[in-house]
Amino acid sequence: MTARYPIAIAGVLLSLFSVAGAGLVAVTHVATAERIAQNERQALLDRLAVLVPAERVTNDMAGDTIVVSDRERLGADRTTVYRARAGDAPVALILTAVVPDGYAGPINLLVAVLADGTLGGVRVVSHKETPGLGDKIEEQRTDWIHGFAGKSLSNPDPAHWKVKRDGGDFDQFTGATVTPRAIVKAVKNTLLYVKEKGNALYAPVESTQARSLVGGTG
Amino acid sequence: MADISYAKIVRDGLWNNNQALVALLGLCPLLATTTSATNGLGMGIATTAVLLLSNVTVSLIRRLVRPEVRIPVFVVVIASFVTIVELLMKAYFPELYKVLGIFVALIVVNCTILGRAEAFASKNPLGASAMDGLSIGIGSTAALVTLGGLRELVGQGTLFAQAHLMLGDWARVLELEVGEGFHGALAAILPPGAFIGLGFLIALKNVIDKRAARRTEAVPVAPPQPAKAG
Repeated sequence: MTARYPIAIAGVLLSLFSVAGAGLVAVTHVATAERIAQNERQALLDRLAVLVPAERVTNDMAGDTIVVSDRERLGADRTTVYRARAGDAPVALILTAVVPDGYAGPINLLVAVLADGTLGGVRVVSHKETPGLGDKIEEQRTDWIHGFAGKSLSNPDPAHWKVKRDGGDFDQFTGATVTPRAIVKAVKNTLLYVKEKGNALYAPVESTQARSLVGGTG
Repeated sequence: MADISYAKIVRDGLWNNNQALVALLGLCPLLATTTSATNGLGMGIATTAVLLLSNVTVSLIRRLVRPEVRIPVFVVVIASFVTIVELLMKAYFPELYKVLGIFVALIVVNCTILGRAEAFASKNPLGASAMDGLSIGIGSTAALVTLGGLRELVGQGTLFAQAHLMLGDWARVLELEVGEGFHGALAAILPPGAFIGLGFLIALKNVIDKRAARRTEAVPVAPPQPAKAG
């Protein structure tokens, strides 16, 4: 390498290394993309399956989705609804509801509502609540979140869908009332939303009429 | 450097020049990911893999790269390997990836890796560079696991919790839990606990080094005593 145009040589060298590096990354990406997508799908399915009577479900829950919008009750402009069916019969809806008023920002939930209106279960997907206090909503820390399974708008009645400190039926945590209060409210709102929309939420995705019906508000 | 002692490379990497405890490099991932021994181990293995790959590559291309673009080329090499490791982790250890998340990508800016590329691999032959990458990586991993274990034990009362997610089912034997009643001191898991824990580790290393230095000093100073019977 003569030093006539050192900077040009340096530039070419750098480009060559960049191309080689990008090539290596591209090859790895192609080799792993399918497996990564499969992993993510499996992780989603695992999360959904514990919330519904999985043995009755015959369809592909992770693939049978619609997107609805109701900021007022579901906490976000885009809420994904996974639909579980047994043949043609509805089994459950799982909504990615957002708790807008957590103590430290929004809390992402998965709320499963069975076809008869009772809750299949609720799980916290992500949150920023205080470690040691608000994070007791995590399944790994306490059983609190399991308390929602089997509840519905008639059990307890809507007036008791509150934490105990507010005269309701749900436990709060010592030192952390805001978090459970916000979650109880969000779960109740989700139940109200599902009750109002009824079977329209199970409508096949192919039907454009159903799309406009459930996606219209907002 | 004509004469490279592999033993010295290993000793430096593991102890004398431990990047986490002596050079204090790569503190961001060190402090952020060591909430448990398992996380520390995962991060350490990922870092070691990148270090080894980047040191080997940098050593191979060291005569080719012009000084003007030395650092950018090293960064390209390191960034490529980090992305590859990240993709592989996502594909084969999705649970671990979920925990380490953004910190895997941040290995790119871990000063340890660029530091070894610049300070060692760009001046030394392939074998020595590979050895250096491996030793430095294992040294850092040891620091990560120790700090992670310490914080996990104090903060949560467990050790190697969920190791089976990363290493497979046999790793359940590693998982240890202090009695039921112990809920841990939360401070150890929070960021301040990382700083305090690291401080204790560095202090411990300094104490050990001082003891060792005193012992080696003591030998030539004290005249050899006749061995006492008994």
